[in-house]
Amino acid sequence: MKFDPFVIPFNIGLFFILIYAVVRSIIWFRALSRPDKLRLQRGFFGRPFGQSLKEIFLESLIHRKIFKTNFLLGYMHMSLAFGWFLLILFGTIEADIFGDSHLNPPYKAIFFKYFNPVHGMTGIEAAYSFLMDLILAFILSGLLLAVIKRFYSRVVGMRKTTKLKTLDRIALTSLWMIFPSRLLAESFTSGAYGSGSFLTGSLGSSLASFLPAIEMAYPFWWLYSISLGTFFILLPLTRYMHIPTELFLIFARNSGIRTGDQPGAFMEMQIYSCSSCGICIDACQLNFSAGITNIQSAYLMKGLRNAEDVRDIASNCLMCGRCDIKCPVGIELTPVRMIARRSGDSEAGSKNGIWKKYFPERHPVAPEKQSHEPAYGWLPEAKVPKADVLYYAGCMTHLTPAVKNAMVKILDASGVNYDFIDRDGGVCCGRPLMLAGQDREARELINYNSQLIWKSGATTLVTSCPICYKVFRESYYLNVEVLHHTQFIRRLILKGSIRLSFLRKKVSYHTPSELGRRSGIYDDPKLVLMHVARFQKTGFDDENSLCCGGSLGNTRISHDQKNKIALDAVHELTKADPDILATACPLCKKTFAGVSDTPVADIAEIVAEALSLPVPPAGRKGKKILKHRETANID
Amino acid sequence: MHKADKKRVVVIGGGAAGLEAAGQLARAGCIVTLLEKESETGGHVKNWYHLFPDIRNSDEVLKYLVRQADHGNITVRTGVTAGSLEKNGKSVIVKTSRGERIISDAVVLATGFDLFDSRRKEEYGYDIYHNVISSADLEVMFREGSVKRHDGEIPQRIGFVHCVGSRDSKVNNLYCSKLCCVTAVKQAMEIKKHIENARVYCFYMDMRMGGALYEELYKESQESYGIVYIRGKVSEVSDNIDSRLIVKVEDTLAGRPLRMELDMLVLMAGMEMSESGMRLAESSDLQTAENRFFAPADHHFGSNRSNMDGVFYAGTCTAPMNITDTISHARAVVADVTDYFRNINA
Repeated sequence: MKFDPFVIPFNIGLFFILIYAVVRSIIWFRALSRPDKLRLQRGFFGRPFGQSLKEIFLESLIHRKIFKTNFLLGYMHMSLAFGWFLLILFGTIEADIFGDSHLNPPYKAIFFKYFNPVHGMTGIEAAYSFLMDLILAFILSGLLLAVIKRFYSRVVGMRKTTKLKTLDRIALTSLWMIFPSRLLAESFTSGAYGSGSFLTGSLGSSLASFLPAIEMAYPFWWLYSISLGTFFILLPLTRYMHIPTELFLIFARNSGIRTGDQPGAFMEMQIYSCSSCGICIDACQLNFSAGITNIQSAYLMKGLRNAEDVRDIASNCLMCGRCDIKCPVGIELTPVRMIARRSGDSEAGSKNGIWKKYFPERHPVAPEKQSHEPAYGWLPEAKVPKADVLYYAGCMTHLTPAVKNAMVKILDASGVNYDFIDRDGGVCCGRPLMLAGQDREARELINYNSQLIWKSGATTLVTSCPICYKVFRESYYLNVEVLHHTQFIRRLILKGSIRLSFLRKKVSYHTPSELGRRSGIYDDPKLVLMHVARFQKTGFDDENSLCCGGSLGNTRISHDQKNKIALDAVHELTKADPDILATACPLCKKTFAGVSDTPVADIAEIVAEALSLPVPPAGRKGKKILKHRETANID
Repeated sequence: MHKADKKRVVVIGGGAAGLEAAGQLARAGCIVTLLEKESETGGHVKNWYHLFPDIRNSDEVLKYLVRQADHGNITVRTGVTAGSLEKNGKSVIVKTSRGERIISDAVVLATGFDLFDSRRKEEYGYDIYHNVISSADLEVMFREGSVKRHDGEIPQRIGFVHCVGSRDSKVNNLYCSKLCCVTAVKQAMEIKKHIENARVYCFYMDMRMGGALYEELYKESQESYGIVYIRGKVSEVSDNIDSRLIVKVEDTLAGRPLRMELDMLVLMAGMEMSESGMRLAESSDLQTAENRFFAPADHHFGSNRSNMDGVFYAGTCTAPMNITDTISHARAVVADVTDYFRNINA
């Protein structure tokens, strides 16, 4: 038997999805910027290609990262993905070896049993049939978990699972139907011919004992084919688009392409790579502390994919980056969200027409502002004395004067020739404006501060606020080294510029999101603390740190909700009953201090308390705060 | 015979409310035990200098209160903290910090308030800059007769920050503490009496002059004392090299930001539910309101009753009040307590 009409739905679906994948890949490739195109081309002939294959195997098939988070969830994803892959791979081999010809069309492999009903009775064939049944059983076990998860998410250890749209629901149903209908079709056929292995064979013979097996088999082969066809045709409109897209994404990422701050093809790839697994929902403090359950990254990606108005979702986020770290696909969720925020009032287009749904328009960007009047033209000319080290406290540190005073004390003790550039209130670093999407206005402030820093002739800029730190590092073009004060203090300790006594206090450390996940500084603060006090772990260290709740990134939630997040975070961080809850960000300090029974202090304050007699550098003179002229290189 | 005769009542807290309630209960025939956690009675009144609206010396009020509680039926026990309350049939057992169990027929809670700890508003620099003080610190200075900066100088430019820890959702206190406005008016005038040429600025959100003679006092402070009122919240405080304070504030009436150099800044700390009250609420399942003060059984006719039979409230443990209202509230509790005795005996 060569052909049967029931394979038509499958064939239509398969050819549709293959053509679609090629067209979409070309569209994406063409939309990449020139440097990104080059990166991709270089990646294709270099190491990234091998890395990508490895990553695709480990993450897209085995789902290693999900396994790390949650074993049952990992098993569910692995059995469906890896199982299906094996079924196709071994099915193709089976059709090639045992079929009547070589190089068969795909349907011959997928519907092998129908075309070769008596296969698998003896020897090697039986062993191969056993293997195929085993793979099918493997997939079905995962499918069972998926069905259970859909209705009782807690069974697989998830607090929440994603809500679905109608198309997702239809696609999900057709996906769920694929393997049970294959099982029944193969079983009936096996039952009729007395073939099949432990699963299809035994199920088939028991079914055949009271049902007309041949007549029953045929509709199930149809069902199997229709399920596959439907799933393939709907795939580009649903979250299952993540299956092909993720392969492209992994390859693009390994070639060195990043989201940055511009929308484009790579951002789209990331959006379509989200499988709505829901891990980001469980990681989100807005979910587990503030009870906000509809704004998590999975929903943002879904909204963007469906060209919905996502302004509310995009704005209601602490931007802490916990989901970025937890995302098993490695999507740059927070940068994508930042772009979605900037796109502002863009119209939610491409809602009409099925064609537009398959080929949505580019995600629109907010138009450039027409007015070019400078917003901060009234600022006075930047004036600053010469110094080696500049200390920039930032507005948040001015609201926590204890931190600022501690830094002045440390700087004085170190004998460094420094200038406190915003002692009497300076110009904002620009970050809040950038977070609000006002890049042009932010640029004015950045230029002003840059001038100030250039004129000073300094080699080092020290900030107390991680929010300022990040913007000085990433959005300024400076010829100075930018250090957060925890890094600076660590260098002072290593150089012996300050001597510290050991405080007999237990200290737990809260890693600020901006300093940790967003800037990658984890060790310096801890090492400084270990130097002066008894350092304790919290269970929320490093990448797994919490958001304090005071984030500037979210203007949508109430003080009560922020307080709730802060209270829950303090509760977790003080479980080891520390004497001090330390942090390294004035905003975190201020947020925690409002709700914490344990005293909250910045690392600078703790160091200032531990400061013993200053080391007198040779020829030290004068004690005035702003008048140090001694030089002490600190790098 | 009077129903309240020889009934045992424990009054917890020896401030204005506790002393007045104890005195009135004793006069009604009750045998009163007054528990005070500190070494002497008097509560916050001990620390005040002059009282608004008539600038009366607070010692006079203190003397009256102590005399009220000086009665044969009253045992005053200082240095004793109440740990928890427990119902046992009709009586209430008060467990103390010393491990005693005082059996009583009724308990009056007069646990009062704590002043808001101004360190929680770090941007104002309390406990960071020497010359940022609280309203309570200023009263102590008045009592000692010398208003001075930390370096011993007489301050010439003084600012008052209203609503410190009140009407501030950032510190979780949405309520108005009611007294800080008029206290600031009074203290501003006193400053002018102590330092003739001083310039005094009050930074306020609203002037809430609801009490008897308050508005008159406010008017007098402007007309006769030249106090300057600026509507706007202080955003941050820093110091300069001469340890003068630099205050940033927005004048919301003029619509412009201000930067002022001051010699001294006084923070008008609000009132919060006392810590001892909070502990009792937790250990004894007494209901508290959203503002954390004890929630009275009824806002209109049960402001002295609690959710526990035989346990009553007097004074600022239920809401911020001035001394006049506190004493009235303490007197009112006697009516509820005697009513209660009448009902349980019937």
